Order: sequence, then structure tokens, then C-alpha cells
Amino acid sequence: MSKKIGFKLIFIVGIAAILIIGIFSFYNIRSQSSALLAEVERHANQLSETVKHSTRYDMLLNQRDRIHTIINTIGNQPGIHDVRVLNKEGEIIYSSRGKDIGKMVDKNAEGCYACHAANKPLERLPITDRTRIFQNDSSRVLGIINPIYNETSCWTADCHAHSKSQTMLGVLDVTISLADVDNQIRKGEIDTLIFALSAVVALSLLIGFFVKKWVDKPVKELVNATREIGTGNLNYVIDEKKSDEFGLLAKSFNNMTKKLSEARVQLFQSDKMASLGRLAAGVAHEINNPLTGVLTYSSFLMKKTQDNPEINEDLKVIVRETKRSREIVKSLLDFARQSVPKKNKVNIEEIISRAVSVVENQLSINHIELIKKIEKEIPPVTVDSNQMQQVFINLLVNAADAIGPKGGKITLSSSMIKLSPYGITHIKQAVCPKRHDLTDNEVKIDGLPSIKLKIYSDEKQGFINLDPVYGRSHHIFHFPFNIEKDYKLVCPKCEISLMEEGKRCPDCNAPVYTFEVPSRGFVQGCLGKDCSWQKWEAVDIAGQKDYLEIKISDTGCGIPKENLSKIFEPFYSTKGQKGTGLGLSVIWGIIDNHNGTIKVESELNKGTSFIIHLPLEQN
Amino acid sequence: MNSDTVSSGSRGKKQWDILVIDDEQVIIDAIVKICSSENFSVDSAIDAQIALTKLVKNNYRLIICDIMMPGMDGFEFLDELINRRINSALIMTTGFSTVDNAVRSLYSGAIDFIPKPFTADELLSSVNRGMKYIEIQSLLKTQKDDSAVVYVPCPAKYYRLGYSSWAAEESAGSVLIGATDLFVKTIGNFSSIDLLNPDEELIQGNSCAYFKDQQERIFTLLSPITGRILESNSEIVKDKTLLEKDPYFEGWLYRMLPSDSEYELKKLINCSSDRL
Repeated sequence: MSKKIGFKLIFIVGIAAILIIGIFSFYNIRSQSSALLAEVERHANQLSETVKHSTRYDMLLNQRDRIHTIINTIGNQPGIHDVRVLNKEGEIIYSSRGKDIGKMVDKNAEGCYACHAANKPLERLPITDRTRIFQNDSSRVLGIINPIYNETSCWTADCHAHSKSQTMLGVLDVTISLADVDNQIRKGEIDTLIFALSAVVALSLLIGFFVKKWVDKPVKELVNATREIGTGNLNYVIDEKKSDEFGLLAKSFNNMTKKLSEARVQLFQSDKMASLGRLAAGVAHEINNPLTGVLTYSSFLMKKTQDNPEINEDLKVIVRETKRSREIVKSLLDFARQSVPKKNKVNIEEIISRAVSVVENQLSINHIELIKKIEKEIPPVTVDSNQMQQVFINLLVNAADAIGPKGGKITLSSSMIKLSPYGITHIKQAVCPKRHDLTDNEVKIDGLPSIKLKIYSDEKQGFINLDPVYGRSHHIFHFPFNIEKDYKLVCPKCEISLMEEGKRCPDCNAPVYTFEVPSRGFVQGCLGKDCSWQKWEAVDIAGQKDYLEIKISDTGCGIPKENLSKIFEPFYSTKGQKGTGLGLSVIWGIIDNHNGTIKVESELNKGTSFIIHLPLEQN
Repeated sequence: MNSDTVSSGSRGKKQWDILVIDDEQVIIDAIVKICSSENFSVDSAIDAQIALTKLVKNNYRLIICDIMMPGMDGFEFLDELINRRINSALIMTTGFSTVDNAVRSLYSGAIDFIPKPFTADELLSSVNRGMKYIEIQSLLKTQKDDSAVVYVPCPAKYYRLGYSSWAAEESAGSVLIGATDLFVKTIGNFSSIDLLNPDEELIQGNSCAYFKDQQERIFTLLSPITGRILESNSEIVKDKTLLEKDPYFEGWLYRMLPSDSEYELKKLINCSSDRL
């Protein structure tokens, strides 16, 4: 296809070149040849006059021999075809070609035609009409007629050859060969032809070269890329450095493949999750059966060997570890559903060191230095130690993956902080006075199920999803109108009013809504413009709470800004086939189940920090 | 083998305590070993078809049956038992221990569900409860004219997860849950209850409370519905006899906010139908 474009271009440009050069040279050669002819004409005229003048005296003296000599001398010069003098009757009386003398010239012959075209011959001939061009045997010949008029001296001469009544005495006819001129013109034509041909060839080569460079190569690259993508290699990238349309095309092509590969990854992930679910079920069944053998026999033996403490201790280890395996398999089955944490009061430092011991090998292989900064005297926290250990292991492995094999640093620090509940406390449940659940699992705000309410404002209605984080106010509005001052919020299920009668927002004076958080009092708030006032007395009274802050920072590749919001979503993974994309979403779920929060800060190529806040008191 | 239990039945059938059905020999061996150590007579079958032929020849008080088996699975086997009016008590067990399997087993009439893998104690606690259940059932049959009330049936408008736990909707939208009288009776004399804390999540078919008896055996109660615990009955921790005296009212365990009671209650047995 690319070749066709090249050929088409060459064809069109060649035709155009030939046309332009052809027209140009046509007119050029024509004007050149007419200039040449004019020059030859002038020259002939001059020659004719010269002959006339140089023979005049001899004519008057009637010295015919001298006239013959002069005419012969001139007529035999190169380039001159013939010089002859004809009398009135058409008889050649002098000629440079001796054999012609005495011959009669037909009055209808070419040379005579100018004057003898009409029946009565012209006696005066304008100078422009005196020339004629005719084809001789081998070449073109230009002839010029010079009439010899009767003069006083002619009839007064001694020879009395002419009478006074005659007007015309004869004609001097000089013919000059145009062979040279014609040669020049032909040479010019050939030169032009050669020039035109070489121009077309050069243009074709030039066009061919640049079409190959600018069109052929990028098109070939594109075709190659589509073929690669056709075979499934979505990581194929084409060079997009060119600034022309192909550069643009390459950019948009690369963008397309990027989007495609993202979509494929998503699809792949969800597909993987589905098959992983089936696999987990199958594996769970397969593993649980042999585990049953181990666990039943070992626990049975343990029961039977209570009086043999040495063996009993060892059996206890087997039973304990098998039970641990049982938990792992169970979590495999539960992973789609957030399983309930089994919380105990534990020392967080212990959990951290257990997690570290699991990944230590991997860290040292990758030349990663782990720096632990754990504040002394952290009171025990109520957490599920298995789940929490899983959180730390996952975060450490992620950090190690982000650093890669070139080595780096991971800093793990934990400290006690105090946090105000405003802006961080999660409203986990909300009910209307008739105890309808207001939480909306379909619409999530920053990953948390929102609180769905129905709004009436200015006789219009719509829905609003309130931010479930107390005081943050990232609400989502599902209606096209502005909220009027007299808005009313109701339960979307039973339409019961959620407005606090007579109460106004202390900040913006808008009406105040309220809903109950089961067993944790009431949340109040307003929807005034640019106002984010909310009040949750039960939480506020508790005041600032003690939180345990655990921060895991790495010096890895960092996370691009646009991905930061996505990383806690299930199935989001940058590790391709290596990860399931569940790690961080599971971590998020675990921390959330512990009423904690996890957030991420990252700078590209500098590193990433995950910050976990766990409340010391579990309500 | 216990000579008391292995005796000829009324129609010349051989009497056994337990029949184990599992497609894995190692599990059969383990269960046989553990149950024999408690002096139960144990027979076994490698699949449900063999079990059915054995059931023609013999009587079994208790059947421990795996769900996932080639050919006839545990649920089909259970249906067949009901069809043939065989009233042996059935304990379901499976390596594929999902919530659905647990709830479905209890709904279909199994008296307990043990997820694999289990320990010897877990198995024995379930088996002992099964034996107790059979005793109560046979007492019920012999003393039809109610001289002494053997057990308190579940009140109307209550829902129960097999013979394990019950749930009752309250007007405020919350749900009370507790242990059925039969469950309490089958444990016998328990010494302590371990309850979860408010705000924790319960999942239908997963454990929600642990009862310990004098021998330190743990009996697990499965939650009838999914939801968040609003409060637990503090009275019951103080006075555990409440549970025995009034298991359906004063003896409630948790008040909880259900996440989807409408759907989950359908998977429970409506106690109103018990009276028909």
C-alpha cells in the first residue's frame, strides 16, 4: 500500500513536471528560434544590400564579369546558399551557381510569390514581406528578395540597357542556408528533453526517498505495531518523537494500546478473581481433607499423651500449626467477604517483629535495609493479630517490590498520637427514626459506603449521598438543581423527615438534618452553601482519642498521583500476573474492621509511605 | 465397642452408635479411632450408596456425613434419609466449609455442622451433643403425655438455625438472637459462656458464642443471621442459669442490627411451622 502512495505521488509529480517543463520549453524554444531567425533575416538583408551596393557601380558600367566575380565570391561563402540576380522576365542573369544562369524562374515559384501573388505584380514590396523560408533538398533555406528599381543613372548610362519607362529592372535574390540555425534549435530541443527527463527522474528519486522516509517507514512501523498488538503484545510502544502527523498518530496509537492494556489488566484481574474463587474452593476442599487427617490424629494423640509432657508439648505444636493452616485456608475462602476479626489485646511490637521475621530474607536478598523506630511504652492494642500481621507483611512486601533489586531503605515507625474525631471518624451506620438503614453500599465515597438520603428542595426532589466520614463533607449530589434555603431531607425508604425542627446551623443558618448512628448517638449537619458544619456529640464528647500511628516508608519508585486514589480498590495491581490486586484492598478492609484508617503519601521516584491509625480503645 | 449399644434391634437389625460416611479413608479412620476411644460403636461407608445399603441392615443413632462426595452428595443423602423415614441424627461435615453449606445443612435437618479440618475435641463435642439430642428425642417419644416437659419449643414468630440458634425480629428493626433450648439441653451442664463484644460483626452460619462444659469441652453456637452486635446480654454472663430457665426471652444473647434480615430469615426455619 505504501508503495502505491509513492508511485501515485511520483506519477502525478512527474506528469506535472513534464507539463510545466514542456510548456515552458515550447515557448522558450519558439521565442529563441524566432530571435535567431530575425537575426539571420537581418544578416541576409544586410548581405543583400551589400551585394546590391557593391555591384551597383559595375552594373552602371555594365561590367558583367566583375559582377559575376563579386556574386560568386559572396555566394560561395559558407552559410550562403545562393546569390542570384533575375531580370524582369524571370531569367537568371547572374548566379553564384554558374549552371543556373539563363534559366527561367517560374513566377509562381516560392521566391516570386510575394510580389506575383496577384495577377498584376507589385512594384513596391515592404521589407518584412521580402523574406521567405523554404525547404531545400537537405535543409531549410531563408531567401530574401531585393528588388532593383530603375534609377536615373540606369537609363542615362552609356550602355542604354534600360529605358526610362521601366520601374523594376530585376531582383536580387539572396538565399541563406538555415542548417546552422535549425541545428541550434534542435540541440536546444534535445537539451530541454534531456533536462525534462532528468528532472522527472530526480524528482521521482527525491519523492521516492522522502516517501520512504516519512510515510513508508512510519506506516511500516504502525503495521508492525498493529500486528504485535493483534498477537496480544499490548506493551508494544512505537516511537512518537516525530513532530508530524505520524508522530501524532503514534502518540494516539500508544495511548490506545495503553488504555487497551489497562482494560485488559482490569478484565484479566476480574477474570482471575473469578477463577481464583473457584480455585480457592477447590483447593480448600482438597487441602482440608488431608488437614483433617493431621488435625484429628494429632489432637487425638495430644489428648492421649497428657501424662507424657515431652511428647505432649511437641504434639501441641503440631495441633497449633495445623490450626493455623486451617485459618489460612479459611481466609482463602473468606477473602471475597471481609471476615470478622478475632481481636485480642496484643503488643503491636510483637506483631511487627513477627511480620518482619517473615520477610527478612526477601529484604536482605534485595539489599534493603529495614529501620525500625518503635516508640517504647506503647500500650497493648485490641486487634486480630493474624490479620494485623498480614497487613504488615503485605505492606513490607509491597515496599520491597517498589524498591526492586537495586536496594534501598524501608523505615517502619510506630508512635502514639492524639487525633480529633472530626474529619476522621467513620460513620459506619445510619438509621432513620423508623430504623431504616440509610447506608448505601452501591455509592462509595473514598472507598466507604455513603449515607443515602432523599432531598426535597423548591418542590423538586433528588438524592444525596453524604460523606460517611464525620466532618469531611465530600457529599455526592444526584440532582440538577441548587439547594434552596427551605430544603428538606427524608429517609428514602419511608419518607420520614430527618430535619431537626426549629434548629438552624450555627455557621450558615441553614436548616439542620439529623440521623441516628445506632448506639452512638445522633449526627447533625447542614447542607448550606460552602458550609460543612456537622456535629456528632457522642463522638465529640469523647474528645481527642489516642491512636497508634504506624508508618511504613520506602525509598522505592513511588506511585503516580493519578493512581493514588485507586490503590485501595479491589483488583488494582501494578504487578501484572505477580499480584492479585487484592492485597491493599484486603489491608484496607482489615484496618477498617479495626475502626482504623490507612492513607498513602507518595512521591514519584522518591518513595511511598503508608500511614495506619489504629484507635487504642476499640469503643 | 460398647455391649449396651450393640444389641439386636426389634426387627433383628444390628444397633450401632455412629455411621461415618466420607470418601477419604484417612478421615473415616480418624473419626472411627476418636469415637471408639469414647466407647462408641462406629461403622463406616466410603460413599452414600454403601451407607444406604448399610442402613437397610442396621440401625444407627448418629450419622456423620461428608457433603462433597462423588455420586450422591450429603444433601441428597439427607433427603433420602427423610424419604425413608430414618430418624438417625445427622451431623454434616465438609472441607468446603462455606456459610451457605452450614446454613443449608442445618435448614435441611442436620443437627450440627462441623467444618473440616476439626480436632478430636471439636468432633467429640459435636458427637456428644448429637447423642444427647437423640436421648431427648427418645424421651419425647416415650413420654408423650408430657408428665415432665422435656424441652421448651421455639415460640411462634421466631426463626431458628436448625437446633442451634434462634432469631426474633424486634419492632425497632433490631434482631434478638439466642441459643435454642435444645442446644442448651444437649450441652448439658456448661460452666461458662464466651460472648463477643458489641460492634463486632456476626456472619450467618459462623460461630457467635462459645460454651464450655466442666470437661473444658467447647461447644460453638452458630449465628442465625449476619449483622453488627448492638449489645450483648450482660445478665446472662452473671447468671447463666437464665439460659436454661428461659432461653427464648430472658436468656437472649445479643441484640443486633441485621444487614439483610429479610433475605437471611428465609434460610432459617420458621418456628410457627413447628407447631403444625
